Amino acid sequence: MALYGAFIIIPTAFALFLSFTHWDIDGPITWVGLANWREFFSDPVAHHSLVVTFELAGLSWLAQTPPAMALGIFVAGTQRYRAVYAAIYLVPLLLSTAGLSLMWEDFLFPQYGGLAWLGIHAHLHFLSKTWLGSPDLALFTIVVIIAWQFVPFHTLIFQAGRRAIPAELYDAASVDGANLRQSFWHVTLPQLRYSIVTSSTLVLVGSLAYFDIIYILTQGGPGDSTRVLAMDMYSVGFNQTEFGYASTIATVIGFLGILLAIVLVRSTGFGSMEGGQEGIW
Amino acid sequence: MVATAVRAPDRAGRRRRALAKAGSRGTTLGGIRGRSKVSRFAAFLLGTFWLVFVLAPIYYMVLISFRSPAEYLTANAWLPTGGLTLSSYSAMFESAGIGTDFRNSAELAVGTIVVVVLLSLAAGYRIVRHGSRFSAVSFRVILFGIAIPIQAIVIPLYFITNKIYIYDTMYGLVLVLAASLIPVAVLLMVNYLRLIPRQLYDAMAVDGAGPWSTFTHLVVPMARPVLAVISIYSGLGAWNNFLLPLILTQSNNDTVLPLGMYRFASSDQYALNVPVVMAVVVFSVLPLLILYLGLRRQFVKGIGGFALR
Repeated sequence: MALYGAFIIIPTAFALFLSFTHWDIDGPITWVGLANWREFFSDPVAHHSLVVTFELAGLSWLAQTPPAMALGIFVAGTQRYRAVYAAIYLVPLLLSTAGLSLMWEDFLFPQYGGLAWLGIHAHLHFLSKTWLGSPDLALFTIVVIIAWQFVPFHTLIFQAGRRAIPAELYDAASVDGANLRQSFWHVTLPQLRYSIVTSSTLVLVGSLAYFDIIYILTQGGPGDSTRVLAMDMYSVGFNQTEFGYASTIATVIGFLGILLAIVLVRSTGFGSMEGGQEGIW
Repeated sequence: MVATAVRAPDRAGRRRRALAKAGSRGTTLGGIRGRSKVSRFAAFLLGTFWLVFVLAPIYYMVLISFRSPAEYLTANAWLPTGGLTLSSYSAMFESAGIGTDFRNSAELAVGTIVVVVLLSLAAGYRIVRHGSRFSAVSFRVILFGIAIPIQAIVIPLYFITNKIYIYDTMYGLVLVLAASLIPVAVLLMVNYLRLIPRQLYDAMAVDGAGPWSTFTHLVVPMARPVLAVISIYSGLGAWNNFLLPLILTQSNNDTVLPLGMYRFASSDQYALNVPVVMAVVVFSVLPLLILYLGLRRQFVKGIGGFALR
């Protein structure tokens, strides 16, 4: 309890406090009132980061929750090969974020990487792009890599959800003459609502905090095209040593995370969800 | 932005759109079983698409790790033709601090597991069996902590670890990591311990067992499955964490594997030596892969545990 207080609760309060101060690592911490907050609301870089963060969250949701639902229902099936597939799907979760970032970096490397090689030698020229080096593509590429890493996890959620649906519901639907499409819309989807809420919350709260992949692969670039809030915070804090203002950005991240979790939980009447753990990996 | 990104002509992107579409139709087929061969085939295609997407970069990485730097530039990138060599794996140990990083990561993982397991066991037992106001409030606070992204508090963590002289130390890293993993571990523990029937406690009491002996003779043995899950959860979290070591350590003696491989890959000497970088990554996953093959059920729970209610 003391450990937890010392390294989670006190820092949370402390981050809030620092957001009202000026502090570069060498100097003293001085109270500056709302100056950082005023700066945040008029800072074009922070605005841009906020937009990129929301884009990343939205795209990540599209790239993760629907595919994970499809795959979760798929692996909940009883055929043996599906269990084998399910076991292989989980392998990305074993790789560290640093490891898989390096893997993807070289896989996507222009000219020599695996995709570029196919582009050149199999004449699939659309594969030979600077996936991480072009401002138009970098964010999209990051979204795909994040999906590669986390969809397996969300698949587990939907697999459990699908398995918990009683078979009688499908029997009843088919007695009523429902076809596959109808039984999906009227049985599967409504029954999976808790899984959908859990998965969506974890994706959205998690994407507020995506940092490792972006730090390793693009450092927020090219330009500012992948500079999400967490990257902005790191850069302002640890590169420019403006820890006061960086704490303001950090507080915004934390606030958005908690707000999002509360809104999603309340709006769906879902009592006991847990959010925000994706950052751990 | 959403529209352009989705429309971008990318293989994975198209696959994902196909998946999203199939999600509304193809997979229902898992829903009503044995209805139609066409629908089952569609589900098979969907599953196989994702399988290829998952395995392609991994396969590529493993293959490249067996290439020499010269062959990397010239040989087929997808087929194991031409020369394969173990030279990257030996180069990795000769030239870099990877061995040290590996040992540090192992220490970090073991230390974190021990701290998280002991504390979550103690906290869980207290919350479930000796519920006081304090422990109920503590439990709430711990659950609240789950919603706080660690990214939001790294600056205070940097400051505090400096102040109490545990910055850039292994045990400092263990303590902070453990604190970040404890909320979920306690939640798992509490949910599990609540399942122990009251009668068993009563039986222990009838036999004259005190709280301590109840703890060691009943709670600990009963909790063994959840202890395995918590160990894997926290071990995985410690082995793979990048952000906390990045913020809280500095010297080469305290570098852990994720950070070490990143620095390794961006060093002047190895930035262009892709096979060695790939070998380091493969090497870093091996212990987990072996554990995963042996303890798949516990792994799945360890990974997915916190999404279960």
